[in-house]
Amino acid sequence: MNALVLCIPLLPFLGFLLVGLLRNKLSRPLIGIIASGVIGIAFILTLVIFFTHYYPANAITYFDFIKNSKYDISFSFQVDQLSTLFMLIITGVGFLIHVYSTSYMHDETPAHYARYFSYLNLFVFSMLLLVLGANYVIMFLGWEGVGICSYLLIGYWFKNNQYNYAARKAFVMNRIGDVGFLLAIFWLLARLGSVDYSIVFSNASALSTTDVTGITILLFVGAIGKSAQIPLYTWLPDAMAGPTPVSALIHAATMVTAGIYMIARSNVLYSLSPVSMDIVAVIGVATALLAASIALFQNDIKKVLAYSTVSQLGFMFVALGVGAYTTGVFHVMTHAFFKALLFLGAGSVIHAMGGEQDITKMGGLRKKIPITYWTFLIAVLAISGFPFTSGFISKDEILLAAYSHSKPLFWLTAFAAVLTAFYMFRVFMLVFLGGFRGNDEQQHHLHESPPAMTIPLIILAILAAIGGFVQLPELFGGHDYFNQFLAPVVPALSHEGENLATKEYALLGGTIVGLIIIFLFCKKWFAVNQFEGKYTGFKNVLAHKWYMDELYDAIIVNPFNNIAGFLKSIVEKSGIDGIVNGVGRFIQYSSRQVRLIQSGLVGNYILIMVLSITVLFMVFWNQDLIIAFLQKIF
Amino acid sequence: MPVSYYIILASALFCIGVAGVLTRRNAIIVFMCIELMLNAVNLLLVAFSKMQNIATPPGSVSVGGSDAQIFVFFIMVVAAAEVSVGLAIIVMMYRNVHSIDINFLNRLKN
Repeated sequence: MNALVLCIPLLPFLGFLLVGLLRNKLSRPLIGIIASGVIGIAFILTLVIFFTHYYPANAITYFDFIKNSKYDISFSFQVDQLSTLFMLIITGVGFLIHVYSTSYMHDETPAHYARYFSYLNLFVFSMLLLVLGANYVIMFLGWEGVGICSYLLIGYWFKNNQYNYAARKAFVMNRIGDVGFLLAIFWLLARLGSVDYSIVFSNASALSTTDVTGITILLFVGAIGKSAQIPLYTWLPDAMAGPTPVSALIHAATMVTAGIYMIARSNVLYSLSPVSMDIVAVIGVATALLAASIALFQNDIKKVLAYSTVSQLGFMFVALGVGAYTTGVFHVMTHAFFKALLFLGAGSVIHAMGGEQDITKMGGLRKKIPITYWTFLIAVLAISGFPFTSGFISKDEILLAAYSHSKPLFWLTAFAAVLTAFYMFRVFMLVFLGGFRGNDEQQHHLHESPPAMTIPLIILAILAAIGGFVQLPELFGGHDYFNQFLAPVVPALSHEGENLATKEYALLGGTIVGLIIIFLFCKKWFAVNQFEGKYTGFKNVLAHKWYMDELYDAIIVNPFNNIAGFLKSIVEKSGIDGIVNGVGRFIQYSSRQVRLIQSGLVGNYILIMVLSITVLFMVFWNQDLIIAFLQKIF
Repeated sequence: MPVSYYIILASALFCIGVAGVLTRRNAIIVFMCIELMLNAVNLLLVAFSKMQNIATPPGSVSVGGSDAQIFVFFIMVVAAAEVSVGLAIIVMMYRNVHSIDINFLNRLKN
């Protein structure tokens, strides 16, 4: 069974090696079969673990990773309910997206096609390593691995410089977070001498408040970078430069939720530090609001979804910050379903439109691409919180948890949820309803995507619709299976002694009324035949993303570039190069002078010899005087 | 005779040799001057050995005297061998460049 666990991450790695090394040999269908197949097998193996309840109490150790007299960090995996859940999401959604990609990327040449799939497999491998690791160091390995895969896939079309900049931006911002994570690991090692989850969590109460707060804040800095929260969120919208399935897998369903996984995993530490919890919640709600406000006026379909992802991640952090760890993880799961579906649906739309991403040029696609239309509709309903879809159940729980924590937090989060519904309906109406606004060529090109793309859409749509029932509130005849499943690893927030029924009815009523109002307004404004997509005043500020990128450019990027330019052209050119070249020139000059002594005239040599001997004799006879003189000087 | 006489004579011979080597360009003269320096040193060696023999207090067994005298003969033999090699070089030099000017040797440069 332990070997089977090891197989789960190794299979994608094998796929990466096979597809990557034989990229010039394999044919396109074979590449697709290998790359999707390994993920499919990994998914089946994960299902085996899930259904046999193979959750060993201790970590499975494979070999020593770092071992010295002080530290013993082993390469070990922790198979428990939390990691199994994430593995199911990663391999399950990952498999669907691999299948989808085989069709979506069919325009690429076989070598690039193979490169794409090898990166994707490597990503799945790293992500599995991240969630399976039984200590923070193995998690960090996976953490870095997904970072590099994200970089490679954002810059997949590397001939476009704009995409390369986006990839670099993502990488650098992730690195900033990684520093925090790394410092937290060092801090843990210094205080506890171990980074194993079991040891850290059982000894956590021995840490001082300062230590716990410092460690948890630093861990959260890592999560901010990876999960795109304020202030490091700007990389995620730019990451949409990558192929759309990549956005679905990495920048919506899995990688960006690594931060939530990390905090849910470290819940013992966070529970000891109320300050860190408050910071997590505040950053979460601020990000949720900011990103949702930006998403309201974006015209690029993928940008809207990207900001929506940032916003939803904010919701998850709100849940974690108020102590509802299971709810945060639950929202990760439902979000993986509906956001992957939204991205894949967007990919299908872009595919149908021949690469067009601007929603002002779409419209009226309902009849042309019906499967995409229906699945997208389900995803929009789910993310907006339409009653009894997966998004409704998870978001309701977040709101309930926020309400029992503090009222202002609840209202802010609820407002972000309203904005979510608004911008999602806006996109939906602009794309599928109203009249077509593109050119004739695009209208002629419109077609439904092939089955390899629509079948994953349908499967995800079913999951997005009913995936939430595992955690249906008892009020509606459900049971908190999800919380109970995770209970051995992650404690659920207790609503003991609260009047849940009233609040849940209130939320349900509020949601229905709110959605109807939003739907009517959106239908009036966006289900139209003509749409300009130009904004003025405050709307323009939002359309320009609060000028955040410009702000960062002005206060960080440009000064940094200027300093780098100064170092390059002044310090390096005349300083360091001057010293290096000066030494060389001095040696050359002086040796040219010294060389003149070697004239080839024997008489000169002898003269020099005689003079030197005379001098040596003089020195020898007067050595006492010379030594005394030297001693006087020094 | 005081040893200083020998020292002065040997020093004078040595200086003549040095001056000759430094000033003359004729290889044979230079060679002769080198021999002069060598023999100045030889002379000094013989003189010192003789003086040490005399300086030995009466009644004690002499430890020096003849050793250096014999040593000098060896030096002369070796010097003779060296002279033959040197002269051979000069002869070869003359055959090649029809000159025994030592400054011609700077052609070995480059």
